Amino acid sequence: MSKQKVKNPTGFIPVIKTLSKSIREYKKPSLLAPLFVAMEVVMECLIPFIMTVLLGAINYIAGADDTPSNLVVTIVNFLNPDGNYNMLNTILWFGLVLLGLAFLSLCFGALSGRFCAVASSGFAKNLRKDLFYKIQSFSFSNIDKFSTASLVTRLTTDVTNVEMSYMMIIRTAVRSPFMLIFSMVMAFTINSTMALIFLCTTPILATGLILIMRKAIPFFTRIFHKYDAMNESVEENIRGMRVVKSYVREDFEKEKFGKASENVKNDFTKAEKLIALNTPLMNFCVYAGLIAMYVLGSIIIINSGGDILDFTQLQSFMTYSFQMLMSLMMLSMIMVMIIMSTACAKRISEVLNEESSITSPENAVTFVKDGSIEFTDVNFKYSQKASKYALSDIDLVINSGETVGIIGSTGSSKTTLVQLIPRLYDTTDGEVKVAGVNVKDYDLDTLRNSVAMVLQKNVLFSGTIKENLRWGNKEATDEEIIEACKLAQADEFIQNFPEKYDHYIEQGGVNVSGGQKQRLCIARALLKKPKILILDDSTSAVDTKTDALIRKAFKDYIPDTTKIIIAQRIASVQDADKIIIMDGGTITAMGTHDELLKNNQVYQELYYSQNKVGDNNG
Amino acid sequence: MAKALPVRGSRQIKGGKPHTAKKGTMGRLLKLLFTANKKLMIIVFVCLTLTAVTGVSSSVFLNMLMTQLDLGIKNGMASVLKDLIVIFVSMGCIYGVNILCSFIYTRVMAVVTQRFLHQIRTGVFNKMQSLPIRYFDTHKTGDIMSSYTNDTDAIRQLVSQSIPHLYSSIISVTTLLVIMFTTSIWLSLVIFLGVVFMFLITKFVGGNSAKYFMRQQRSLGDEEGYIQEMIQGQKVIKVFCHEEESKNGFDVKNDNLCKDATSAHTFANILMPIMGNIGNILYVLLAFTGGLLVALNVQNLTITGFDPLTTETGVFSLLLTTIAFLPISKQFTGQISQSSQQVNSIVLGLAGASRLFELLDEEPEADDGYVTLVRCNIDEKGTITETEERTGHWAWKHPHKAEGTITYTELKGDIQMFDVDFGYVPEKIVLHNITLYANPGQKIAFVGATGAGKTTITNLINRFYDIADGKIRYDGININKIKKADLRRSLGIVLQDTNLFTGTVMENIRYGRLSATDEECIEAAKLAYAHDFISRLPDGYNTMLTSDGANLSQGQRQLLSIARAAVKDAPVMILDEATSSIDTRTEALVQKGTDRLMEGRTVFVIAHRLSTVQNSNVIMVLAQGNIIERGSHQELIAKQGQYYQLYTGAFELE
Repeated sequence: MSKQKVKNPTGFIPVIKTLSKSIREYKKPSLLAPLFVAMEVVMECLIPFIMTVLLGAINYIAGADDTPSNLVVTIVNFLNPDGNYNMLNTILWFGLVLLGLAFLSLCFGALSGRFCAVASSGFAKNLRKDLFYKIQSFSFSNIDKFSTASLVTRLTTDVTNVEMSYMMIIRTAVRSPFMLIFSMVMAFTINSTMALIFLCTTPILATGLILIMRKAIPFFTRIFHKYDAMNESVEENIRGMRVVKSYVREDFEKEKFGKASENVKNDFTKAEKLIALNTPLMNFCVYAGLIAMYVLGSIIIINSGGDILDFTQLQSFMTYSFQMLMSLMMLSMIMVMIIMSTACAKRISEVLNEESSITSPENAVTFVKDGSIEFTDVNFKYSQKASKYALSDIDLVINSGETVGIIGSTGSSKTTLVQLIPRLYDTTDGEVKVAGVNVKDYDLDTLRNSVAMVLQKNVLFSGTIKENLRWGNKEATDEEIIEACKLAQADEFIQNFPEKYDHYIEQGGVNVSGGQKQRLCIARALLKKPKILILDDSTSAVDTKTDALIRKAFKDYIPDTTKIIIAQRIASVQDADKIIIMDGGTITAMGTHDELLKNNQVYQELYYSQNKVGDNNG
Repeated sequence: MAKALPVRGSRQIKGGKPHTAKKGTMGRLLKLLFTANKKLMIIVFVCLTLTAVTGVSSSVFLNMLMTQLDLGIKNGMASVLKDLIVIFVSMGCIYGVNILCSFIYTRVMAVVTQRFLHQIRTGVFNKMQSLPIRYFDTHKTGDIMSSYTNDTDAIRQLVSQSIPHLYSSIISVTTLLVIMFTTSIWLSLVIFLGVVFMFLITKFVGGNSAKYFMRQQRSLGDEEGYIQEMIQGQKVIKVFCHEEESKNGFDVKNDNLCKDATSAHTFANILMPIMGNIGNILYVLLAFTGGLLVALNVQNLTITGFDPLTTETGVFSLLLTTIAFLPISKQFTGQISQSSQQVNSIVLGLAGASRLFELLDEEPEADDGYVTLVRCNIDEKGTITETEERTGHWAWKHPHKAEGTITYTELKGDIQMFDVDFGYVPEKIVLHNITLYANPGQKIAFVGATGAGKTTITNLINRFYDIADGKIRYDGININKIKKADLRRSLGIVLQDTNLFTGTVMENIRYGRLSATDEECIEAAKLAYAHDFISRLPDGYNTMLTSDGANLSQGQRQLLSIARAAVKDAPVMILDEATSSIDTRTEALVQKGTDRLMEGRTVFVIAHRLSTVQNSNVIMVLAQGNIIERGSHQELIAKQGQYYQLYTGAFELE
């Protein structure tokens, strides 16, 4: 089985590479979003700059500032060419420019928001789709490798977390550095001496943040594991509530959960306390910078008599410093989110990188001639690591049209044996042939459409009975469906439902009885018109008489189909052409009912345990 | 049984039914938060207030600084040096307070949040343990689980982020308002208009965003339900080559989710640029208004009346005022636009809290029983005395309030039902006139079709449900008088669904009786014929079981759950399809073991396999909630009635 290469799924870069394949048609919005973010940032930095100039102009015109900057003078003179400085006129012009910029900023912001939403939701959609499609291509051994719950989590929670991170990456992660750089540039254009302050505070903040994150992230990763484990145990408790109550274990469970929850609380508190240092650190940097700025600014202003710097500029400095530190802060916060979601990304890429261990070969055989089966020297184990073989030394020939019964105690690998026929698993050694052709040479769909298998753990899906039955054959006519149901002895009870074949089956088939469900599953398999029909303990909940009727119908109506019946009841197999007795992964005996009854002790025991009183068994 | 009850359909797995929060949820949440952490919350709010107030004070300093700098330019550094130093030092102090307070409140808040979540979790869990089985039969596991996952997460966001943020915004905004009104009323009015506008925008955009977020939750739940069903049935999909159809169904749901998510995020994302730029526009409007006022030569007006500073030159003062006002307005609108970002998490958080409160408000399982189970000594004359020692004897302690006396009845396991009627819902009676006597040492079996009421009868004996009419007596005592915990302690129940717990095999067996020694557990495992396979497990009895014993076969799980019941050593045993997945040969061996265990005790057996029930003392055949036949196997066969038909296969069991 699994011979797939392990593609180093843990590395960061390969994970990103794997995931980024799912961006596809959302490349454009994914690029437009940061572009517009960048433009929005430009606007956001321009606006306070122009506001500074406006304030300068107001001051200058009002005569409050004797030493305006050249820029202010130029602009004021430009706006009032007649030399007659008009305050309202000036403000009006500035206002119009500012309004224009604000409008542009709004548009850019809104557009980036929109593109970002489209890109991230679309990316998430594609990721889910790729995951789901991938899972559809999985073989049984792939499915066994991941539990159902873990696959569902990957498709839901993990994708949502990655989606959030992606949104942040294309928006905030672009915005913050841009903001940092632009603000810095603007600050330097106003006054380079003062801007040096930022060169001091920024590294302090950055170092502090990095230190905090480096300590916090491994912490969080560990806690989330604990947290998940706690929630899993809650789920277990809910499912087992009848047991909890029967054994009066409410207090025991409360105490157990209380401890787990307390534990999670303590760890989370530690980690969050660490993260909580962010805010005071940020405040420290902002305010220390602010005071330094004011002190330095005051000295410069007074000593230069307001020539080099005036207080309107001082103000915009404040704005820029705030913007800079804020963007650093944002950056650190999203870094946490992104790093935490890498665990999710890894889990997703694990699934995406998982190669289906069973695929159709090239030049596959697309026709199954008959229903004969042959096992030659077959050994099988579920995983290469497993020490024990689930099947060993299986040699078996089944002729087309034969009925074969398989009997054996729990865990004797009966199911494993038949699962090799439709190539749900690949043999470890030896080969399985159907109609004389190795199953590995068939096209998978061809093979599986010819080998119908009714699984032990069978599932009906939410939908009408008809919809469920058409799984066997999409084009089946109503007559064919009824025909199959009659064979499976299901028609009668279906006719008793008010909606008959349109009766709605709830998820998991909870609103039909076990016996009804089994018969529906048999009918569904019959609709395939298979060459080989395998029933894996599929009539255990059906009464003996109906069971007998089903077998009779098989004999009368599908005589050419090879039938393999795994059963607990001797009655279900006793008139088979061959009965196989299995134990511990090997075939221990084979023969007809009469032969085995004569010379096989296990069979005799089984037979008499089921027929203790008299011989009036159906 | 669950099937008889209507399951609340609309709440999907995990996603939870998106519903808007009930009124008063916020109040209740805050009350809960405060009462549990009074001192810490006071510290948090004091620090938050100080942080917010000191945070906005920078604008005041700027105003003062400007005046001094102006003087400084005119008169030289020396004249203002002292004042400047005073300003800087007081700035340093105030910011120092701010940093200290923010340090304290963020740390304390981390403690409070986690403590609160712990309290909520354990509260919900403890509540859940007290709920009747009916609750679990009528709610999906996924829905209950979302209380622990989605709802708690939403509350976490609300408590740790939104509430402090909102509070600090309110303080900042109030402080700024005071500063603004003391600076200029005219300009404040402009801001006021702007704020009204911002509120309207938040209401519209934020409201839409919240609406689509809810819708997104619903689509997510819908899709998760589909994924769950498909992945659970993945093997069937493979066997039927049904991959394409399954993909198509998925695509429809996935596209829907994508659409709703896009709308939700779009609205959430555009709120900030809109709010920020309304702030910018307000800024322009303010500058313009200031200029206009100067041009029209209007006197400045503050909350304290006409500005006394206008004496020098009114125009100049107003100008300075405008200049000082602009950054304040920027801070003000900044605060409001940031608060608007909290809309989503508040809506989601309140919805989560509301759902949690709903669970917390559920009626717990009622228990009016006062008869308790005690250890006792029994002497030769049959007198029973209560004792603390482990004597192997138990008795019902029955206090009679009226007479003030206490009587003791030996625990034997004698169960009688008289004319019992029962329905899961009052309109639909599923059991009619059930009368039966089960004496210690007897094995009573129930057979009948699905829905005939077999499991229901056992649900009544352990009082998972209470009867509508009739009487059930346990050792002659009306079971309604027995404390539920003691009643259940006296019953050993093995269900078809095994429900093992995460832990070792040994721990799982010991679940039956926590005081059982390793030897007793192993002994029980041997009785249940589980010892053999357990010994073959990689770590024997120390093998870890996860997710309901996924690494075991259904038959092995059943053997373990029988061992678990065996270790409990109860006088009455109920086996509900307990051996349905065990092959008949092993079953015969298990039965030999349990029969030895149950010697002299009462056993109820439910099974569809007749070989399981054949050796019972009495077999009851149930149909549509009535006992239609009763007797031993031989008697019933001889009678050639329903049982005979069942036995010969003329009649379907399931």
